[in-house]
Amino acid sequence: MAVTEAAPRPVQRRGDVLFAGLARAAAVTILLALAGVAIFLTLEGAPAVTAPASARGGEDDIVLYVWPLPFGTLLAAVLAMLIATPLAFGVALVISHYAPRRTSRTIGYLIDLLAAVPSVVYSLWGIGYLGTRISGLYVWLEDNLGFLPFFAGPASTTGRTILTAGVVLAVMALPIIIAITREIFAQTPTLHQEAALALGATRWEMIRMTVLPCSRSGMVSASMLGLGRALGETMAVAMVLSATGVVSFNLISTSNPSTIAANIALQFGEASGLKVNVLIFSGLVLFVITFGVSLLGRAIAARGVKGDSR
Amino acid sequence: MNSTSLRRPAALAAALVLGLGLTACGAANEEPSSAADGGTDAGEGSSLAGTLNGGGASSQEAAQNAWRAGFQEANPDVTVNYDPIGSGGGREQFISGGFPFAGSDSYLDNEEGELDAATERCGGQAPIEVPNYVSPIAVIYNLEGVDSLELSPDALAGIFAGDITSWDGPAIAETNPNADLPAEDINPVHRSDESSTGNFTNYLATVAEDVWTHGEVEEWPVDGGEGASGTSGVVGAVQNGVNSIGYADASQAGDLGTAAIGVGDGFEEPTPEAAAKILEVSPAADAAGEGQMIYDLDYTTEEAGVYPIVLTSYLIACPSYADTAEGELVKAYLGYVISEDGQATAAENAGSAPLAPSIAQEAQATVDGITVG
Repeated sequence: MAVTEAAPRPVQRRGDVLFAGLARAAAVTILLALAGVAIFLTLEGAPAVTAPASARGGEDDIVLYVWPLPFGTLLAAVLAMLIATPLAFGVALVISHYAPRRTSRTIGYLIDLLAAVPSVVYSLWGIGYLGTRISGLYVWLEDNLGFLPFFAGPASTTGRTILTAGVVLAVMALPIIIAITREIFAQTPTLHQEAALALGATRWEMIRMTVLPCSRSGMVSASMLGLGRALGETMAVAMVLSATGVVSFNLISTSNPSTIAANIALQFGEASGLKVNVLIFSGLVLFVITFGVSLLGRAIAARGVKGDSR
Repeated sequence: MNSTSLRRPAALAAALVLGLGLTACGAANEEPSSAADGGTDAGEGSSLAGTLNGGGASSQEAAQNAWRAGFQEANPDVTVNYDPIGSGGGREQFISGGFPFAGSDSYLDNEEGELDAATERCGGQAPIEVPNYVSPIAVIYNLEGVDSLELSPDALAGIFAGDITSWDGPAIAETNPNADLPAEDINPVHRSDESSTGNFTNYLATVAEDVWTHGEVEEWPVDGGEGASGTSGVVGAVQNGVNSIGYADASQAGDLGTAAIGVGDGFEEPTPEAAAKILEVSPAADAAGEGQMIYDLDYTTEEAGVYPIVLTSYLIACPSYADTAEGELVKAYLGYVISEDGQATAAENAGSAPLAPSIAQEAQATVDGITVG
């Protein structure tokens, strides 16, 4: 008893108390905001479950109306990730390990500029430039790979397909993923790298043996941030995608599933009454999906860290 | 000590200056309204002052912007705002009292009790509704080597329903014997947002109910075809995609070809004059009462010179306003919108079709009947 009392109490000054309070307040604010959004979405979305079919575009069941939307959201996001992640990791490796310092700095600035371009501009580019030029590729895909369900066609002549939307989303997710991964690659302990080189590893072997294992969890986190952007992106998809509400894996036709965010943006303008509730309900679904995806990402990232430390 | 005593008077002076500055600002803000009062006494022609906040149909947005500018120019002390929140939102806000007037692409009826609710909002008197914006919806297409295209209602419905898939199909070839129609797939483009879709599908369902079996719907019912957001989205998609066909406000068609639509035995181009005529040949809607100039558009008209695919938008207001200032503003603004001058302004800026004289006269009489105070 006496011993514990004798132990010196940690010194606490006014700054400590103040800072701890501020930090706690910030943390609580975030939680409150999140809870507020969740409560709002649930309360406002609830009437949609019992709304008459007319408010749901004629579907009898809210699930029937909503379910093509998460499908489209995930499909577009997966396409975007398939394109963006390998590309981003490649660019990040060039910046951190391959390019001479001055070049890599220039590339880094340019990549950061990409992140500053507003999504409307990307969508205009998607419609006016990319779409019209990529439609030739779609015709080729239909002719040569038409036996695959993804390229069954008929190929869109305007190029406003979910694959184009995926490419645009990939370009938008790229700068986020690159910016984070290049910093992480640069954090790899120099001793490890030099050791690998000293043992006779080529540069690629050195990267595979030291850089990638050290960075695995960071790469997952970066991808998750990029995925978050792809899931939630609204304007680009609303403008680029020719959405007709079907559920199909056909990537090059004019009939595509819409995404949740784009659907809300498109329908909200003329919505009133219960239709608004239906849209908010779909927003709740998106909220849950993004929540689930980021939890999953966290889990993967955490596993990566454990694997490395042992 | 010395320095603080010096500093204090300085701070005081600064506070004083700030305070003076603030009051000066306040006075400056007051000035226009007091000048306006003087103006009315001098009889400058405009006795109106204040702010009028309306809103509703986004289809009217461009025209409303032109009207606001024109009205504010004639009445410098008035500010008119039009919030393009959509027809449904406009009606909702009008009924709840948020807007003193609203614009709406469809008239009030009692299917969801809106007419009764609006009557209650206007103190037991039925609201007045006047058509103020008529605009032809053109069928635009992108076909190389085809400068003019004539489509029967059945062919048009067949294309958008996905039944007619090739440009050289018999239903199209029949009405275009001289055109060099390609044997290519048709890419029908429709709106992916809800605006305008109800109008177009209503037309298709009325003139070709055997082919277009989906009725009048707000959300595009066919899985095929291409969706594009907004008028500019549809026009862009048709422009970029060869062998495409779509529907859009005629004023936005640009260089694209516009199809003539079968009416009776002939075919009509989407001109403003032909579009304005539809109201003259259309019967009043069932829900129409005193002061409600609402029409069930007669899409099946066989009269020559009438273009049937038309967007009609209405202004909704109360027949009497207890608040004098608000009532005067609504009456004057609506009167301007309906007037020949107002309609010409909208035609110039938004590409709408000016109301036919007989309709405009009746509308003017209805608006003049608004009582204030």
